[in-house]
Amino acid sequence: MTSLRARLLLILITGTAAVWLSAMAWIFLSTRAEVEEVLDARLMEAARMVNSLISERRQEPGGGLSSKDTLFGEFERQPRAYERQLSCQIWSLDGALVGRSESAPQIRLSTAEAGFSLSDIDGETWRVFTVENPELNVRVMVGDNLRIRDGLVGDVIKGMLLPTVLVLPVMIGLIWLSVRQGLSPLNTVAAHLASRRARDLRPVPDGKLPREVAPLVGALNGLFKRVEDARERERSFTAFAAHELKTPLAGLKTQAQIALASDDRDVHANALRQISSGVDRTARLVKQLLDLAALEANDAGPKLASGDPAALVRSVASALEPLARSREVSLSVTVPDAPLRVTMEPHFLELALRNLVENAVLHAPTGGEASCELRRAPDGRVSLHVRDDGPGIAEAELPLATERFFRGSNRSALGSGLGLAIVELAMERMGGALRLVNRTPHGLDASLTFANRGEDTAR
Amino acid sequence: MRILIVEDDPMMLDGLTVGLGLAGFTCDAVSSCADAGSALRAQGYDAVVLDLMLPDGSGLDVLAELRARKSDTPVLLLTARDQIPDRIRGLDAGADDYVGKPFDLDELAARVRAIARRGKGRASARLEWRSLSLEPGSLSATKDGAPLKLTRREFSILSLLMERPGVIVTRAMLEDALYGWQEEVESNAVEVHIHHLRAKLGPGVIETVRGVGYRLAEEGA
Repeated sequence: MTSLRARLLLILITGTAAVWLSAMAWIFLSTRAEVEEVLDARLMEAARMVNSLISERRQEPGGGLSSKDTLFGEFERQPRAYERQLSCQIWSLDGALVGRSESAPQIRLSTAEAGFSLSDIDGETWRVFTVENPELNVRVMVGDNLRIRDGLVGDVIKGMLLPTVLVLPVMIGLIWLSVRQGLSPLNTVAAHLASRRARDLRPVPDGKLPREVAPLVGALNGLFKRVEDARERERSFTAFAAHELKTPLAGLKTQAQIALASDDRDVHANALRQISSGVDRTARLVKQLLDLAALEANDAGPKLASGDPAALVRSVASALEPLARSREVSLSVTVPDAPLRVTMEPHFLELALRNLVENAVLHAPTGGEASCELRRAPDGRVSLHVRDDGPGIAEAELPLATERFFRGSNRSALGSGLGLAIVELAMERMGGALRLVNRTPHGLDASLTFANRGEDTAR
Repeated sequence: MRILIVEDDPMMLDGLTVGLGLAGFTCDAVSSCADAGSALRAQGYDAVVLDLMLPDGSGLDVLAELRARKSDTPVLLLTARDQIPDRIRGLDAGADDYVGKPFDLDELAARVRAIARRGKGRASARLEWRSLSLEPGSLSATKDGAPLKLTRREFSILSLLMERPGVIVTRAMLEDALYGWQEEVESNAVEVHIHHLRAKLGPGVIETVRGVGYRLAEEGA
């Protein structure tokens, strides 16, 4: 059921109908019991009346059972319709039919000697009251057909059903109207949202909302805010990226113009060399922008798992070995023998590690050293240190170093200002952290720490 | 014409230095606000090409410091941040021109020539003196309508002399205009260029003022 209104209507109508039906059933049952009681009393009364009548006739001259026509005529001239439906039989105690009213069947109404009884006659059920008159040696039986009794109860129910049938649609209409009225705040909010343009992410006004709708609108406004923030981040990121790409593009264009304009072979060769390295640098910048976008894209958070980072450290280091060799930097890897477990997302950790090791190799002086050490402190915490013996980062610039596109005074020619931003974001998304410390006498120690969860799963 | 280039991107800096050098400028290159400040205090420039985003601050700070010293050295801002408000802010801070990246090298050279020229109070690009005519844009020279083949440095010396005819230009001034920091200046380099120029222009054009410098010969001399 997707429509709230249909659902409410269904519940209310079913509920009302159920209440009505049980009320009807109750009325039916109690009416029937009441009717039984009253009719039983009438039966008894009628039987006694006939009994007393025949007793009186007996004393009268010329009376007797022979004048039964008058007797039954009188019986059947009873004013009320119901009483006309009564049947009366008079049987002698030895089992002969002395007389009967016109409506009474030929067959003996009851085999009971006295009091109330039920009997089947011609497939119909009769309720019979029998009075024994030992003086006249007769039994008076007055009975009525249960079908007639049921008809009476049925009339009562029918009398109630008609108003019900008339009132129920009115009731349904009222329910429908009140449901609509009750849901109108939702409609107002919906209409407000429907009339918006796609880019309109202003919050929905929530001044006069009922308590039940306010949380929904609150949540909606929260979502709007998050979408707006994400969009803003995207916008500034795009602007930033476009801006950062302009400089290398301008450099490439300038060098290309120089190559075209100059006949000097040295100038020519230099320009082409610059273009070549410029393209490398720009490609790296683009790759890092994509990495950053990939880190940011997954809003739900990465799928973190517990794993051993040792293999990853080795593979990143060996991938960067050629770069280190070309710069005559020695790159060493230290990994403990015992297996480690940390909370990580392998792609994110690889991204962080690659940027750190690349930074270390690029900042180490020619003939210098870069190292990568994975270690486990006595308290079980795992950390990953990437060190170099380059110039480090000026103390004043340390807090800024992880800002996007920030390039410190000791930057490398290849630097885009994105590497540390990527590392920090990747670690943040894994619940870890990046810490930058200058080494003495010079160099940088970049350490990665991981979320505690990793140790918990290791235990 | 000597200019200072302030730009932090190494490829861009190399491109500007070489490219503007090809266009006839003598270029000094620095890549931080601090270096730009020292260079501007140590040396007079005909123009400055200034990038806005520098590692140790904004180019606007360099500009502000320059203007605070009452220097009217023409400044051209060169930046990737080239939205209208950025341009307005730059020009209002005392810049003479504003060029967004990426740009055309020839256009940039022309704009630098234009601001340098206006800095010296001239509106026309062409330099003329008697029958000599110089076209800085194309580095071409004519004498009596006939083309004159000059090297870049000879052209620079001649235009420096022709900018203020009759005024003595010292050897130091010529060296400043011809050689950037990185270039080795041989002790008699200026004399050699003057010698070649005299050979091409004929006698009676460039006068030597003994012990001081050079100037264009006065009318009728």
